[in-house]
Amino acid sequence: MTTQARETPRSMKPPLRWQRVALYAVLIGFAIAYLMPVYVLLVTGMKSFAEVSLYRMWHLPQGLHFDSYAKAWFGSKAEGFRGLNGNFMNSVYLTVPATIISAMWGSINGYILAKWKFRGSDVLFPLLLFGMFIPYQSILIPLVQTLQKITPFGVKFYGSIPGLILAHVIYGIPITTLIFRNYYANVPTELIEAAKIDGANIFGIYRRVLFPLSLPGFVVVMIWQFTSIWNDFLFAATITSNPANQPITVGLNNLAGSYIVEWNVQMAGALIAALPTLLVYIFLGRFFMRGLMAGSLKG
Amino acid sequence: MRRLNWERVASILLLSPAVMAIAIFVYGFIGWTAYASLTKWDKLLPDFTLVGLSNYQKLFANQRFQIDLRNTVVFTALFLISCLILGFLLALLLDQRIRGEGFFRGIYLFPMSISFIVTGVVWRWLLNPGSAELGSTGINLLFDTVGLGFLKTGWYTDPKIGIMAVAIAATWQMSGYTMAMFLAGLRAIHDELREAARVDGASEFQIVRHVLFPLLQPVTLSAVIVLGHMSLKIYDLIVSMTGPGIGFATDVPAYFMWDTTFRGNHFARGAGIAIVLLIMVAVLIVPYLVHSTRTEAEL
Repeated sequence: MTTQARETPRSMKPPLRWQRVALYAVLIGFAIAYLMPVYVLLVTGMKSFAEVSLYRMWHLPQGLHFDSYAKAWFGSKAEGFRGLNGNFMNSVYLTVPATIISAMWGSINGYILAKWKFRGSDVLFPLLLFGMFIPYQSILIPLVQTLQKITPFGVKFYGSIPGLILAHVIYGIPITTLIFRNYYANVPTELIEAAKIDGANIFGIYRRVLFPLSLPGFVVVMIWQFTSIWNDFLFAATITSNPANQPITVGLNNLAGSYIVEWNVQMAGALIAALPTLLVYIFLGRFFMRGLMAGSLKG
Repeated sequence: MRRLNWERVASILLLSPAVMAIAIFVYGFIGWTAYASLTKWDKLLPDFTLVGLSNYQKLFANQRFQIDLRNTVVFTALFLISCLILGFLLALLLDQRIRGEGFFRGIYLFPMSISFIVTGVVWRWLLNPGSAELGSTGINLLFDTVGLGFLKTGWYTDPKIGIMAVAIAATWQMSGYTMAMFLAGLRAIHDELREAARVDGASEFQIVRHVLFPLLQPVTLSAVIVLGHMSLKIYDLIVSMTGPGIGFATDVPAYFMWDTTFRGNHFARGAGIAIVLLIMVAVLIVPYLVHSTRTEAEL
C-alpha cells in the first residue's frame, strides 16, 4: 500500500486498518460539513417557487427549475427589484482592467525592487507593504473627498467604475509588488549580468530576460487581484452609491437585504456572484495557492 | 560608470509612481484621517476647527463603541482559536499519505475564494433559527432531524451569542486557508526528524507535541497575523449576515465607522474609529513586517 511509503522497516507498528478507515471517515465528515452551505445554495436555487420552503430547506428539488436564477439575473419589474445582470457586468468592467493594470505595474515595481536595489530600498519595501494590511477605513474619508474633486477629461471618479479601478489599482500596489519582487528575486543574477555584457540596459533586461520568464508570476498576481477585486465590498459600497454603477457584491447585498426578494432568489444571486471566482479557483487552484502563500509574506 | 548612473536614475523613476501613490494614498490619507479625527467635522460640510483629543474621549465613553471593542475581542479569540485548531487538525490528517489528498484539500479550501458577502447571505439562512410556532429552519432543523435538538440555539438572533454565529461563518471561510499554511509547514519538516523521534520511542502524540509543534511556530505566527488582522477589520460579513444586531450584539468598529461616517455624517467620529482600528492593526502587523523584512535582508 502506498500509505506505508513513509514507514521505514524499523518502525514498530504497521498502521492498523481500522485507523485508516477512521481517518478517511473523519476527512469525509469534514468534507460534508464544508460542502453543506453549497448543498443548500445549489438545491434552493434549483427548486420551483412552489416547493421553496424554509422548513424544507434540506430536501432535494423535485425537478430542475431555473426560475430563481432568471429572477435573480433579470430582476422583477412587477415586484420592483433590479436583477444582478447590470451589477455582474459592472464587476467585469471593473475587475478586468484593474487586474491587468495592477499586474503590469506590480511587475515593474517588483523588477526594480528585486534587481535594482538602491540605498534605502530595504526601508522602502516594508513601508510599501504596510499599505496592504491597513484597514481601508483609515483612508476612506480622504479617498471619497479626493475622488469627488478629481474629474480629469470630464471623467467622474466618484460614483463610477473608473474611480473604483483607481482605488483597486493603487491599493493593489503592495501585494502585486510583493509577489513579483519575490518571483524575480529567484531569477539568477548571472542571467542579468550576461544580458548586461551583451549591452542590454535596464529596459532591455526587463524586456528580454525577465518579462519572458514572467508568465507564472502574472498568473499568480492576476488570480489574486481578480479574486480580491471581484469580492471587494467596502470600496464598492463607499465609492458607488448609484445602483446602476454598483458591482456585484453590492448588488447582491441589496438583493439579500430586501424584504420583497424571496430567499431562493437570494441564494441564486449568491451563486451567480460567487461563480467567477469559484471557477477560477477550480481551474487554476494551484496558482491560487501560490498567491495565498505570497500574501502571507512567505516568498 | 556613467551608463550605470543614468540607469540608477531610470530605476528610481520607474519606481517613483508607485512610491508616490503609496505616499499620498496610504500615508497622506492616514495623516488626513488622523487630522480629521481631531476636528469638529460633524456634518456633510467639512469643519476643520481643531478640538484636540475630545473626539477620542467621547468615543471611548460611547457605549456602542465599548460593545464593539468587546465584540472584536470575542470574535477575534473565537475565530483565531477555531481556525488554528481546525486548520492544524486537518493539516495533520491530510499529511498521513491520504489518497485523494488534492480533492479533500480543494474542498476545505474553496470557501476562501468567494466573497464574505456571499458567505454572509448563505449563512444567514443556515443559521436562521426559525421560530417556536412555525418550526426550526436551517442548522436547527438539521439538529432536529438527527435527534440533536438540544443543540438548537438562536444563533445570531440571540444577543448573547450573536457574534459567535458570525465567527462560525468566518471559520468556515478561513479555516481551510489555515490548513493550507500548516500543511505547507508540515511538508517542510524532514521525515528524518520524525523517524529519529520514533526510534527514540516517542509516541505519535509525543511527536506532534515535541517535534511538530515547536517547528511549526513560525507558520503559526504567520497564520495568527493574517487571521488576526482580518478579524480586526471584519466588516463585509457583518453587513451581509447580521447587521449591527439587537443592542449592537454583532456590531464591530469597522461597521460603526462606516455607519457613523457615511450614513450619519459624523466624519470626525468616524475618522477617530478608523484611527483606533489602524492602531490595533499596526500593533499586530508592524513588528511582524519589521521582523520578516529584516531576517530576509540577513540572508
